[in-house]
Amino acid sequence: MVSIRSISVSPGSLIPADLPWIVQHREDRCTLCGRCTAVCPTQAIHLAYRRQRMPKLAIGGGLGNEYRTFMGIRQRTDVEHKCIGCGMCAMVCPNEAIAPEPNPNDNRLRFLSNQKGDAWKRGGRRNVRETNLDRLVFTRISMLTDPALDAGRHEFELNTILGRIVPPEEFLRRKANNEWIPPVREIFPFIIGSMSFGALSPNMWLGLLQGVAYCNEVLGIPVVMATGEGGCPPWVLKSPFLKYIILQIASGYFGWDEIIRAIPERQCDPCAIEIKYGQGAKPGDGGLLMWYKVSKLIARLRGVPEGVDLPSPPVHQTLYSIEESVMKMIQTLSMAWDFKVPVYPKISGSISAKAVLNNLVRNPYASALLIDGIDGGTGAAYNVSMDAMGHPIASNLRECYLDLVAQGKQNEVPLFAAGGVGKNGNVTQNGMALIMLGASGVHIGKYVMQAAAGCLGSEKNRCNVCNLGICPKGITSQNPKLYRRLDPDDVAQRVVDVFMAIRTEMKKIMAPLGRSQSLPIGMSDAVGIADADAAERLQIRYVC
Amino acid sequence: MCRLALKTATDPFSPYSILEAMEAMQEGFDGSGLGLLLRGIDFSDYNYSKKRPILSGIAHTEAALHRLNAFMEEKGFELKYDHEFETDLSEIEAREDRYRYLTRVYSLPGAWDGFDQEEVEKHLMLTRLALRRDGEDHGNDLTVFSFWPDVAMIKEVGWPLAVGKALGLDDDRIQARVVMAQGRQNTNWGINLYACHPFFIQGVATMTNGENTAFIPIKDWLTGMNYPGYIGYQSDSEVFAHILHYCLKQLKLPLEAYKHVITPLKTEELERHPQGDFLVGLRNATRRLIIDGPNCVIGSLPDETCLLVMDHKKLRPGTIGGKPGEWAMASEMCGVEAMIPDRDRSLDFQPMRENTVVVPPDRKEYKIWSQFDPFPFPLAA
Repeated sequence: MVSIRSISVSPGSLIPADLPWIVQHREDRCTLCGRCTAVCPTQAIHLAYRRQRMPKLAIGGGLGNEYRTFMGIRQRTDVEHKCIGCGMCAMVCPNEAIAPEPNPNDNRLRFLSNQKGDAWKRGGRRNVRETNLDRLVFTRISMLTDPALDAGRHEFELNTILGRIVPPEEFLRRKANNEWIPPVREIFPFIIGSMSFGALSPNMWLGLLQGVAYCNEVLGIPVVMATGEGGCPPWVLKSPFLKYIILQIASGYFGWDEIIRAIPERQCDPCAIEIKYGQGAKPGDGGLLMWYKVSKLIARLRGVPEGVDLPSPPVHQTLYSIEESVMKMIQTLSMAWDFKVPVYPKISGSISAKAVLNNLVRNPYASALLIDGIDGGTGAAYNVSMDAMGHPIASNLRECYLDLVAQGKQNEVPLFAAGGVGKNGNVTQNGMALIMLGASGVHIGKYVMQAAAGCLGSEKNRCNVCNLGICPKGITSQNPKLYRRLDPDDVAQRVVDVFMAIRTEMKKIMAPLGRSQSLPIGMSDAVGIADADAAERLQIRYVC
Repeated sequence: MCRLALKTATDPFSPYSILEAMEAMQEGFDGSGLGLLLRGIDFSDYNYSKKRPILSGIAHTEAALHRLNAFMEEKGFELKYDHEFETDLSEIEAREDRYRYLTRVYSLPGAWDGFDQEEVEKHLMLTRLALRRDGEDHGNDLTVFSFWPDVAMIKEVGWPLAVGKALGLDDDRIQARVVMAQGRQNTNWGINLYACHPFFIQGVATMTNGENTAFIPIKDWLTGMNYPGYIGYQSDSEVFAHILHYCLKQLKLPLEAYKHVITPLKTEELERHPQGDFLVGLRNATRRLIIDGPNCVIGSLPDETCLLVMDHKKLRPGTIGGKPGEWAMASEMCGVEAMIPDRDRSLDFQPMRENTVVVPPDRKEYKIWSQFDPFPFPLAA
């Protein structure tokens, strides 16, 4: 007789139906090859032996039951080993026997994810599919009243300017007196946003850089990429590819020893210097590289011991007030690069963005302002920061742009926007909408990871474990066993695919609007939205 | 779509002859209006001194005219000549709203005697703007198109030739050496007399056909300068006149800069240009003034220089033809043909996207200037 075991429950006990993802396993198809359990990044599944009673009607005495033993794949239900829905099991299964399914029921895990008193940390995104960016449509079709531009045959000027522009009168005066004119860069308006060398795996980084170099040198698309905090491999610093790189300095100053040391040996200047004051995904938090990812290489680049958490301070040590910080840091960094490299701050979207902007307007060395909205991604952050902190980018950017317009300064300090551009795949539409609301360009991070490297993350909390170094695709891992899954050549190919497609889509948007000679920055008469409140807030047309 | 005609000749001619010539381009009219600018003016019944400003506009009511008189008197302007149009209002569509067409010559106030040229020009503009504002404050009962020496303007709703006849322009009492005519109200937008080409600011005048798709960013930038004359924008084409004014009067650049500002060369083209470094800087600094067409812009300047440029894609071509002493620019070659039928056809020309065609005041020949040519500006050397 089978004994009745005491029911083992604790406050943290979960069943698969409490988790966001349920692993569906078909025993009839499973060959027990073990690939799924081997590949699972969280060890959410395991091979289990089970016993089943086979009731038998025994006539004439004797034992009434028989038992069979069988093996199968089972899902673990503890928080640490929850299924993250990445789907790697399905990818490696030779027999389509296993796949994670999103759980439409209540997600009880959410109440229990703060194990050991540690608030939930994760990587990825905000997990909100909706974005007003997707709702912006381009309503000014000029080809009805005028000869149409041909997206396939006409020439289009798609590039933007990164760098401070002095007013025309001042430009002529300085030219006449042979005075300093601030450096500017002509770049493609879709920029690969800052993702650090620690956050990304070496293969991912190399693939991105290869793709960027190909776009520039073969296709003539001047794509640039930002490093994020954490420096840049010395071989890149000393290479001619540095001109495609925006070097970021953030509050931890990681990697800047190497950068400063490489300055005398550089072959060219970097595209720009980005001073990170804030990040849309986690405003008020500094960068965070969790110990799992601080490998020997990363430790060397950052000048720290291996295997320790690297939380950057929330603000720069120089930040007593934004005025003096902007002044000190921008001027210092401009001087370090001989006033030949644009230096600009990146801030998180905030109602106080205008205060920073107005400060920059009055700083002759400030080259731009990058505002990163709430839908931005990150390699690691507290869930609450990611979900609840920050400001959506559209109205924040628009407000800042209109502020510049009111001052007649909109051609002087270019605004760049980030945070959720292409979060649902509509990267060109999102980016062009922001450009028409006033951005000079947009930064894209998550989209590039998804499109160029096959990142599995989604706005439905799929995967999103970039913080743990267990990225199943090898994109955000420092473990060679994982990142060797990612071939840099494949990434480079996809980067090129992505930017060629964006270029085509930009033309397909600009041609019907009758624009080809310059990027339609601030062309707000072309954008509409079927939401009266949003239209009023953005000062664009309400359409329905 | 607007049809454009400009004729410049050493000897003054009747503006009515241009309206007749414009009939050749009538496929483009919708009967919505006429805009006319005269320069180098000759009144048959008045010996006009070129230094005196001419006020052009419409007093829609008697009260407006009285206010105008009082205003001008108070400012110290003295009315020297009031051109009486032989009007036949029955031909004017908006006859109920037309009290008096104004083409009046004033002498400058004595208080301006000490003003230098720049100050005089500034105050003439401010006077025009004050009158315009006064009209707007009184239910648009006063419309003022220009107030400038040797320039007269007429704008009216209706078929161009009919408007010309209704205003008696066929009586040769006014003649001019430069006539700019445009045959349509801005029906892409609401009809507004101020929205009709040509546009005028401090002696600089342009007219355009086609749509200015980059209008809003350009307008936003011009407005942000808070320069008193950069207002209006009832039409997307008004910015072309203001950009030309900005280049010439504010930046004090040569006329050739206009094309470099509105349709700059590409980076790879500028890399090969002898003054590429300067022009890249200029392009960046005036980036918000890049137009995006399709447009043909025809303009004239205070010294009677005339110019013709097009958008970068040449989607609205312009044409020029004529003979020494007499040149015509038009949006269609049939317009040139109608204005100067006895011209030397070998001189007919349709400029390319990089060209600015300039007819200098001597009118001996027109110049074709290319953006690829060295830029005539000491700073750029």
